[in-house]
Amino acid sequence: MLTINNISKTFFPGTINEVQALRNVSLQIKEGSFTAIIGTNGSGKSTLLNAIAGTFIPDEGSIKIDGTEISRWPEFKRARMIGRVFQNPFAGSAADMTIAENIVMAMRRGQSRPLKIAVHKSIKEAIAEKVQMLKMGLEDRLDNPIGTLSGGQRQALTLLMATWLKPKLLLLDEHTAALDPKSAAKVAELTKIIIERENLTALMVTHSMQQAVDLPDRIVMMHRGQIVEDLHDEMKQRVRVPDLLETFNIIQKRELFDESVARLMKEQYV
Amino acid sequence: MNLVIGAFTIGLILSLLSLGMLISFKMIKFTDITVDGSITLGASLTAVLIATGWNPWLATLMAFFAGSLAGAITGVLHTKFKIQEILAGILMMTALYSINLRIMGRSNIPLLDTGSVSSQAEQLLTTVSGGADKMNVFGWDVPVADLGALISSLVLSVLLAIVLNYFLKTHFGTVLRATGNNPQMVRAQGVNNNTMVVFSLALSNGLVALSGAILAQYQGFADVQMGIGMMVWGLASIIIGEALVGKSSIGMTITGAILGTILFRLLIAIALRWGLNPNDLKLVTAVFVFLALVAPSMFKNLGKRLQKVRSHANNQ
Repeated sequence: MLTINNISKTFFPGTINEVQALRNVSLQIKEGSFTAIIGTNGSGKSTLLNAIAGTFIPDEGSIKIDGTEISRWPEFKRARMIGRVFQNPFAGSAADMTIAENIVMAMRRGQSRPLKIAVHKSIKEAIAEKVQMLKMGLEDRLDNPIGTLSGGQRQALTLLMATWLKPKLLLLDEHTAALDPKSAAKVAELTKIIIERENLTALMVTHSMQQAVDLPDRIVMMHRGQIVEDLHDEMKQRVRVPDLLETFNIIQKRELFDESVARLMKEQYV
Repeated sequence: MNLVIGAFTIGLILSLLSLGMLISFKMIKFTDITVDGSITLGASLTAVLIATGWNPWLATLMAFFAGSLAGAITGVLHTKFKIQEILAGILMMTALYSINLRIMGRSNIPLLDTGSVSSQAEQLLTTVSGGADKMNVFGWDVPVADLGALISSLVLSVLLAIVLNYFLKTHFGTVLRATGNNPQMVRAQGVNNNTMVVFSLALSNGLVALSGAILAQYQGFADVQMGIGMMVWGLASIIIGEALVGKSSIGMTITGAILGTILFRLLIAIALRWGLNPNDLKLVTAVFVFLALVAPSMFKNLGKRLQKVRSHANNQ
């Protein structure tokens, strides 16, 4: 489905602030799989997601969805294939516009925008029906500006919008991180339900180990712009939060030494 | 009464400018100074075309296209060449000053005894009144020419308001409105937000130039200086309209912009009648817009402070 081949990205090259955000990252995602990307701050997990979404063009490497090379496509063109939920609950919807108007825009993601009235009665009924599944009572407030809702409600709606037209790939960028614990749990639950029901292919960046263990069927761990661990199938089934923390510890200890020393120690002791 | 009819007519004509600015300033949140140049562009182009014998309606339509082109260039300067929006507008406005002089060949062109977009309305009224050049309206004698201009500008601005209202509610118009609100979200929905900005500025300046074209025909001349300060006037009108009708829906926002423009023209007419020096008009307008922009947050702060003082007093 998604094939990432050796992509690299350096921000601010040639300056003091030079950051090698991605270093030769390769990753294959199977159709219908749900993968979590975890890692420390600055490990490149969000950068990887942004490279797929098209926020920037990678320096090298290729990104293919179903065999189509998309790594040079602008962000808006990739939206045909990709649905996104952002970390910032306010980033995924237009605050001054109503719930119905926001959803109606998502109903034509990546399609033409004809000169026909967008929000009318029958569309509103269809929207209300689907919004009901969120169980937030929003179906009665379709004409309210979406900016009047809470972060959790907006994030739930953004999730619904991103998946309204089945995307080839769903990108979730720490989408519960900015929410209070109760809303975060609710949105996480909705994420699981929607992904399972629609049989979506999803990639989720998360800072929560528990979420990485509970929701997806594969965990990819990143560190310093590289993929350092890839847990799937049986290994993923067995892994628990303490195991992940332990892996982080080992990686960070390795950091304390020079890379060559680390390799030496790994060969002798591991 | 003639004063009121004049203010109403100019208000209705300039309401097209306000509608145009509604798209740039309110919908895509772009502070566009091209307006000062494109209203003159519309006026000068129409004046030249009508003077050379074009049909007034066709000349007015050409003004719309010329204005759209100017707006589109401002949009490209901003989106493609990454020039700040204010500077992109200033560049286009400055360029338009020379272009307008080139179009007219001199600094102004009179339009006397030529047809205009209100000719048909005048003819109709003359037939209705049986050939008299004045008509009785609610007890006042009003020249047929003035009444014709009022009616045609009313019809035109109402028609355009209806079309704009419909357009902004379509799928395309909905995304246009979202572009000013959240460009990131628009991109995530598969729409190129830069294209939307260029299109919106083209539409906006097209309407502004249309307003200039009709204004030139109404006042009987086009002048290269006529656009100075027009953008601030448009802003003032939009702000008054918002205070008047609110912005609960697109229809209300549009109605507000039109009513605001008319009210603003009436206020100006009254102020001038009371002896305001016409030279001070732009200063007064600028101060008014400043106050209107600052007042809401000032009131909010004042309210908070009062609340604090009150709760403090209650605690003691």
